[in-house]
Amino acid sequence: MTPAILPLEVRDLGFSAGGKSLLRGLSFQAAPGRRIVLLGPNGAGKSLTLRLCHGLERPSAGRIVWQGPRAADAKLHQAMVFQRPILLRRSAAANIDYALKVRGVPRGERAPRIEAALAQVGVAALADRPARVLSGGERQLLALARAAALRPEILFLDEPTASLAPAAARRVEQAVAAIHAAGATIVMTTHDLGQARRLADEVLFLHDGNLVEHGSATAFFAAPQSAEARAYMKGELL
Amino acid sequence: MRQRRILLAAATTLLAALALPATLSMASAADRFITVASTTSTEQSGLFKHLLPIFEKKTGIEVRVVAVGTGQAIKLAEKGDADVLFVHHKPSEEKFVAAGYAAKRLPVMYNDFVVVGPKSDPAKIKDMKDTAAAFKKVAAAKAPFASRGDKSGTHLAEQAFWKAAGVDATAASGQWYRETGSGMGPTLNTAAGMDAYALADRGTWLSFTNRKNLEIVVEGDPKLFNQYGVMAVSKAKHPHVKDKDGQAFVDWLVSPEGQKAIADYKINSQQLFFPNARQAGA
Amino acid sequence: MDEIAAAFSAALAMILGGDPELVQIVLLSLRVSLTAVVLAAILGLPVGAALAVFRFPGRRVLVVLLNALMGLPPVVVGLVVYVTLSRSGPLGALGWLFTPLAMILAQTILITPLIAAVARQSMAELWAEYADELRSLGVGPWRTVATLLWDGRFGLLTSVLAGFGRAAAEVGAVIMVGGNIAHVTRTMTTAIALETAKGELALAMGLGILLMGISLVINAGAYLLGEFARAREAGAP
Repeated sequence: MTPAILPLEVRDLGFSAGGKSLLRGLSFQAAPGRRIVLLGPNGAGKSLTLRLCHGLERPSAGRIVWQGPRAADAKLHQAMVFQRPILLRRSAAANIDYALKVRGVPRGERAPRIEAALAQVGVAALADRPARVLSGGERQLLALARAAALRPEILFLDEPTASLAPAAARRVEQAVAAIHAAGATIVMTTHDLGQARRLADEVLFLHDGNLVEHGSATAFFAAPQSAEARAYMKGELL
Repeated sequence: MRQRRILLAAATTLLAALALPATLSMASAADRFITVASTTSTEQSGLFKHLLPIFEKKTGIEVRVVAVGTGQAIKLAEKGDADVLFVHHKPSEEKFVAAGYAAKRLPVMYNDFVVVGPKSDPAKIKDMKDTAAAFKKVAAAKAPFASRGDKSGTHLAEQAFWKAAGVDATAASGQWYRETGSGMGPTLNTAAGMDAYALADRGTWLSFTNRKNLEIVVEGDPKLFNQYGVMAVSKAKHPHVKDKDGQAFVDWLVSPEGQKAIADYKINSQQLFFPNARQAGA
Repeated sequence: MDEIAAAFSAALAMILGGDPELVQIVLLSLRVSLTAVVLAAILGLPVGAALAVFRFPGRRVLVVLLNALMGLPPVVVGLVVYVTLSRSGPLGALGWLFTPLAMILAQTILITPLIAAVARQSMAELWAEYADELRSLGVGPWRTVATLLWDGRFGLLTSVLAGFGRAAAEVGAVIMVGGNIAHVTRTMTTAIALETAKGELALAMGLGILLMGISLVINAGAYLLGEFARAREAGAP
């Protein structure tokens, strides 16, 4: 197997916009196979961190470092799922086909990969439906299937269940678990503490653009070290 | 999915079917033709519609007429965008020949101008025989007058009458003197709309239907005769011009056959153009 | 009132009569304007999409320029094309002046900015929606433009129809570069200008009614096609 682009090293990451500092001195590592959950109140910089790591924004300070010979095109070995899934105006299968085509997957390999990805997240039946008429949960599952089809080494998920009903949210969690089981490293944000407990190996707790706490999920949920994290867990910080 | 593709393909084909033949038909229609720069009066009076089929049938040369004001027609020919110039302002035509754009100008025919005006005749010029004197009265009465104002042959003729009348009409431009800057028909439309006097060629007047209150007030003054000349654009200035086919058209116009065809053209049994290719000095 | 009634009866007589000369004029108008629309769409749509997507120096200037060109008077375009295609002009050797090709060229120049500017608006909306995903997937610039054009095709119909409307309605450019030559470059609008000049107002208005009718049919057809395709796209039971 080719050497991985992981671990992802984030060094002293900072971001400001319009003269306002939104993120400062953020450093962490994402080791292969880990599930890292970013927690924190609104405006803490969670989504921004994901977008910076995924290359959607340019950092004002610090570096994002990928490893190995494929570091230069690390982009091609990642995927991201957004809070509101962005689906193209075509069928579910065609959405995945498009992503595979963009990533240079040969025509012959695409059909089986599409089929497998849809099955992996449990929406094989939706293959021929136009993406834009799917329900919110189905849309998010399709976005996950598309991400899964890319076989990313690392998958970023930005509040993937924030606007979903509980049943749909559970299906999304199962899909994330399946993608993780298939070998992807997971970095996600959520407001759902229960979800964080179910999915996280590690927790990054951010507050006001600063990384306040970073540790194993077990330790974090057992006894958060910082005052902010404790307040957040009690629901006092939103 | 498949049906949508078919639908799109059908729409595209429909568009292409309409659009493409434009390009193709251009190639086929362009085998043998000449372009004639001429005046709105000849076109709008219907003369060309009468003459051209006869010529085309005889020679197989298609004649494409671009009908504009005399000024623009001369400009077109000077730039080499026409093979034949067929207009009615002798001084300009002679200048055109002198500058080397054509080898020779040939007189073809004349028609006459008429002064039209409202039935109420505010300047009291009806049935006058001296056009310049009539113009003088129009200016004195400050009666509305619609001018072509477009450097056409008719406009140049009108300016000559103002000069003869000793009136600087353009000084009153925007007041009683209205320059339309357009062709004969539009100018007559304007005159009809505001009960103004106007100088018009008889041909356009006869075929003009939107007269409202207008009628002929002055006609028959020998100075109102309007001489047409024709000339083939010289290859010396513009090597691409079709001088042979152009000359064929010129020759036909002044031939007995062409002259007879001109005389035969009538509206309401009135002859509009009087062939005079044989008349010396025309 | 009489003139209006006469105009309608003239229009009706024209439609029912099927006069070959009129048919020729109508077909030429459609061919010229539709060809110009197809060409202008091929040029203008990608430009509109590119302006919506790419950030580069001078982009704002280009957008303002495009919006200004939208209002370009047809007669100015006609003049420029005339001077260019004149035998004494730079492209005179083509021999296009006073042919339908010249009219197609003039109309293409006239409506490309309009199509591009209107397309840019709808493309900008779609790009706002798609940007994160396409950048996440690592879609290259050309494929990005192509994807937006394809996915936004129903919205683009509006810009193309606007272009067709402007092309079919204008007279200033085609009369100058086409010369309004009978059977060769006479279109509906130049014929209307000519009939008006001759004082044949009823006939001119009849032609105008016919032109409006044709424009209506084309717009309605395009609208229905768009709705039909959109419904099929949505595919909802």
